[in-house]
Amino acid sequence: MSALVSQSERPPPPAPAGTGARKLTERAFRIRESGIIVVLVVFVAVTASVQPRFLNITNIQFILVNTTVFALLALGETMVVISRNYDLSVGSVLGLSAYLSASLFGGHPGFPIPLAFLAGLGIGLGCGMLNGIMVAAGRVPSLVVTLATLYIFRGIDILIVGGKEVVANSLPSAFLDIPKATVLGIPVIAIVIAVVIGIGAYYLRSFRSGRELYAIGSNPDAARLAGIPIGRRVFVAFTASGAIAGVAGVLWAAQYGTIDSTAGTGYELQVISAVVVGGVAIFGGSGSAVGAALGALLLNTISSALYVLGISPFWNQAIFGFLLLLAITLDRFISVRLTAALRVRGARHE
Amino acid sequence: MRSGPDERFGEDADQMSDSPEGPVLVLRHAAKSFGAVQALVDGSIELNPGEVHALVGENGAGKSTLVKILAGVYQPDAGALLADGREITLHGPAAALAAGIAVIYQEPALFPDLSVAENMFIGRQPLASARRIDRRAMRTEAAAIFARLGVQLDPARIARGLSIADQQVVEIGKAISLEARVIVMDEPTAALSAAEVDRLFDVVRTLRAAGTAVLFISHRLEEVFALCQRVTVMRDGRQVLSRELAGLVPGDLVRAMVGRELAERPPGEQVAPGEPLLTVDRLTREGVFTDISFTVRAGEIVALAGLVGSGRSEVARAIFGIDRYDAGAVTLRGQRLRRGSPTGAMAAGVGFVPEDRRQQGLVMDMSVQQNVALASLGRLRHGGIIRASAERAMAADWASRLKIKYGRLKDPVSMLSGGNQQKVVLAKWLGRKPAVLIVDEPTRGIDVATKAEVHHLLVQLARDGVGVLMISSELPEVLRISDRILVMREGRLMTELAHADASEEEILSAATGQAPPPQAGEAPANGARD
Amino acid sequence: MSDRIRAWIGPLLRWETGLALVVVIIGIVGASVSSQFFTSNNIFNLGLSYGEIAIMTLPMTLIVISGEIDLSVASILGMSSALLGYLWARHWPMLGIFLLVAVVGLAAGAINGLLVTRLGLPSLAVTIGTLAVYRGIATILLGPNTVANFPVTYTNLGVNAFPFTGNDLTYSAAIFIVLAIIFGIVLHATPFGRSVYAMGASVEAAQFAGIRVKRNKTILFMTSGLVCALAGVLLTFRLNTAVQNNGLGLELAVVAIVLLGGVSIFGGKGTVIGVVLGVLAFAGIQNALFLTDFNQEAAGIVTGALLLLSVFGRNAASFSSRLRQWRPARPGRGGGLRARPGQEPGNPAGITPP
Repeated sequence: MSALVSQSERPPPPAPAGTGARKLTERAFRIRESGIIVVLVVFVAVTASVQPRFLNITNIQFILVNTTVFALLALGETMVVISRNYDLSVGSVLGLSAYLSASLFGGHPGFPIPLAFLAGLGIGLGCGMLNGIMVAAGRVPSLVVTLATLYIFRGIDILIVGGKEVVANSLPSAFLDIPKATVLGIPVIAIVIAVVIGIGAYYLRSFRSGRELYAIGSNPDAARLAGIPIGRRVFVAFTASGAIAGVAGVLWAAQYGTIDSTAGTGYELQVISAVVVGGVAIFGGSGSAVGAALGALLLNTISSALYVLGISPFWNQAIFGFLLLLAITLDRFISVRLTAALRVRGARHE
Repeated sequence: MRSGPDERFGEDADQMSDSPEGPVLVLRHAAKSFGAVQALVDGSIELNPGEVHALVGENGAGKSTLVKILAGVYQPDAGALLADGREITLHGPAAALAAGIAVIYQEPALFPDLSVAENMFIGRQPLASARRIDRRAMRTEAAAIFARLGVQLDPARIARGLSIADQQVVEIGKAISLEARVIVMDEPTAALSAAEVDRLFDVVRTLRAAGTAVLFISHRLEEVFALCQRVTVMRDGRQVLSRELAGLVPGDLVRAMVGRELAERPPGEQVAPGEPLLTVDRLTREGVFTDISFTVRAGEIVALAGLVGSGRSEVARAIFGIDRYDAGAVTLRGQRLRRGSPTGAMAAGVGFVPEDRRQQGLVMDMSVQQNVALASLGRLRHGGIIRASAERAMAADWASRLKIKYGRLKDPVSMLSGGNQQKVVLAKWLGRKPAVLIVDEPTRGIDVATKAEVHHLLVQLARDGVGVLMISSELPEVLRISDRILVMREGRLMTELAHADASEEEILSAATGQAPPPQAGEAPANGARD
Repeated sequence: MSDRIRAWIGPLLRWETGLALVVVIIGIVGASVSSQFFTSNNIFNLGLSYGEIAIMTLPMTLIVISGEIDLSVASILGMSSALLGYLWARHWPMLGIFLLVAVVGLAAGAINGLLVTRLGLPSLAVTIGTLAVYRGIATILLGPNTVANFPVTYTNLGVNAFPFTGNDLTYSAAIFIVLAIIFGIVLHATPFGRSVYAMGASVEAAQFAGIRVKRNKTILFMTSGLVCALAGVLLTFRLNTAVQNNGLGLELAVVAIVLLGGVSIFGGKGTVIGVVLGVLAFAGIQNALFLTDFNQEAAGIVTGALLLLSVFGRNAASFSSRLRQWRPARPGRGGGLRARPGQEPGNPAGITPP
């Protein structure tokens, strides 16, 4: 009944089926990633032409330093979002870590700075592990879990802080100088963070467990059937996100000097915006840490540009929200076109 | 358990590898219950290397439970699984993979955002120094596997957008790269075009020549006879037959599956068709279908036949308003239907039983009662509020009319068997007393007995004056109950056949654009019908 | 007749019963911890503090059951509050202001709805974006300013008791009760409400049954916009203050209460009664803490813990019900490459309303 002749009689197609598809996809990805850079360049150019002092070395340093905290958070959040999860607790973890690590100095003058970083890391690690266990072991959506821990960690922070605050005076100047150190005009911190993000991106791209995070986000059912240890990978992703947020907290303390119980409030949505603008799909499966960091850089640059252009900072939030909407609309547009085009190519080459 | 990479591809595919080593995988008297339901009572099967083994049985016979046990998804409550003669326990899918058992499901589960090569090697990507992934080696290995299978597929291409047939090939490639010795294929041909089925069969024969044991699950008996050497029939959770296919005919298998002879239902007396109900006039959707024109009259069953991908479902969905169209018109009893409006079509009297029962036909989480009532809520309403008693009465009435087997009306419809679920979908639409009923693959994935009931129902409907438009890929079904057959190919209507003139060859020729075979005594037709 | 009763009681016999028990326990504990707990004064204050949040949970319930989410609710509240202040400072007549605020609320909801239904964007991402945009608009309108000179007749709406009911019921609480009844009837007994459940359980099947998914979801978002605008007006009058950060962060409390009330984050399940109980539980706990001088700002810990309990508890409940009814697992249900993200109950990945 199925003895058909027509297809197998046709001459074989000239190229291996699907090369067109590969080129198409690569082109789409390049458009997306370079799109951020293009927007960034355009923004900088426009702003600089109106207000040349935007390109002041001090201003650039300022932007870069400001971005470091968010870029770090974006790295951790990327790992989570890629696996189709969300970590809404990063702001609270940052706040908790900032206060606790900075308050170590107040109690003991001469407290070694690296230990403060270690303490922040540890706090973040603990919070992340808590998130990770609940998401991985219980079958509970991470949105809900981290929504809850956002509240819980913040509440713990408030209880501990109790209306006090850490003031810059109590912090060693060496600590406060960390964000100010520069090498050839580039803030050291920015270089270090860039390296860290590069390592993170490389891990996600070139190591098996990193690729498995993508797989989990791309098709969770298939990941389970393929025997991927979903629980373990997700647990590690949340632990890393927490640890990174912890370190970011210490950095934040070094930058701002004064820390009360509101530190980091609202950061989670900003980070997710940066990550999505940076090309990480809101449902996971694709995107890169570099893109996410660029997203954070873009948002920070825009915020600074608005300030320099004399536009009231009250416009910031509206603009960020609009950019986020634009980013997801664009992504949707690209993905719909891409899927349709890929389907056509696949069928043609059969 | 894994053999070395000593695959002997390229040997004569017909060479029967009746391996002296004995069966590669044996399941002995497995049982599995879920709560009160015993899905598997006595499941047994023996898979030999180099052999394609068919597994057939009605829905609910226990096939999929057996497969899940082999796949490591379930652990049997009783019985033993032996690999190479040694008893093993599979604690999960990973264990099954490690044991050399690969399962390819009807809808392959790939990662759309990863490349084809990465899909094949996820978790086991070849490594370069410092445990980094060696992408080039991965692509080369994947390409080599595809070459051995005789298919063309770019390993670096992203998996998104691949046809189901290609997805299956990737899954098979993955199984080979895992050096699987047993490959289980669960209803692999359900969504494939005939050409894709041919390619799949060639791949399977290659696997067979290499000594892999293939378990082939299918409802399509003609495919079973074309491809397999052994068959196991399951019924009511037990194995009832397991032997070589040679010497059997499809009727034997059917009898084993249902336990009785199922007489071929005669198509029934032809009722003279009445007035035209549904008129489709030059319906066109760019790139999907072109210039489709036909009429469905009261009291007749019009079949829309063709290969998968010929655009039949798309035409049906456009008529019903789920999809839009670019040109043309649809009229019901003289009244033009607004395009893109299912509510308009429903109001005019069109019902639509979609192709995918679980995702489109039913809300699986809702109860039987709620599903039956879902399209009739307006009528069950009084002062804005749904009357629960009316809803229940409607559901109970249709359940008895269609002989739906269920526990309670409030049970989630997911608990019913495939055949009964399809009846619920039918009840939903029949409850609206439609003038025209469109059914898309009405008996796909349904057991033989329920199939016959559904056919009887459709014939009865036509006798009552409803116009039925039936899309089906099962030619025996088309030939059995339709009055007229329209054949589509690549988005165009090729030909119309009256029931009396139609045969499988005629339909298939039109569907593939071939010259029809000459009838006895006729000269061969000129060229291909285009 | 008893069948009908059973039909109504049946669905309640799950989460909601347990939650009702919890509410009772909270009441007992609260009363034992503080003698003031059940005084009419305290209940009145509860209505004041939580009235607006409670009102916002109602449309959110329907939205989450339909398979979406609206994180912009607090920003719509803030935007309407800012608009109210902005226009009042420019001497607009109050009735005209109400009209415009209502229209803006509807429009904000419509934008959400259109982006989700016409552009097919995920509501989680969209409403994170509009959360920022609407809050931004509020900020642009008022800047750093505060408007605080609203006429007494209106501020009374915020602080006085609803007439004829003694001194217990605030206007916001009364509005909440009325809205809860309306939303409850719509959700549980009308075809529209049934369509909400269907859309949440299976969007495709709903479409194939002739349900106008895009229209209905847009209606839900617009309702949310309107109701949140109303809540914004109430809040402004209660505080007698219009300022850009009114309601900041409330969306998380609203979502928390809805989930606590037994609504499934995956869509397709939940009841209005459950959410009402959730409001009571939430308000009750916060209040008990308040009366015992617990640090109010840290009461978020309790919200978070309640949220966790509600989802872990739900999982335990569904686990046992899954044991009672065997449901065969379906391979490849995620749809392979027909990516249908977010509809994979039971996997530890995150929720993503489609």
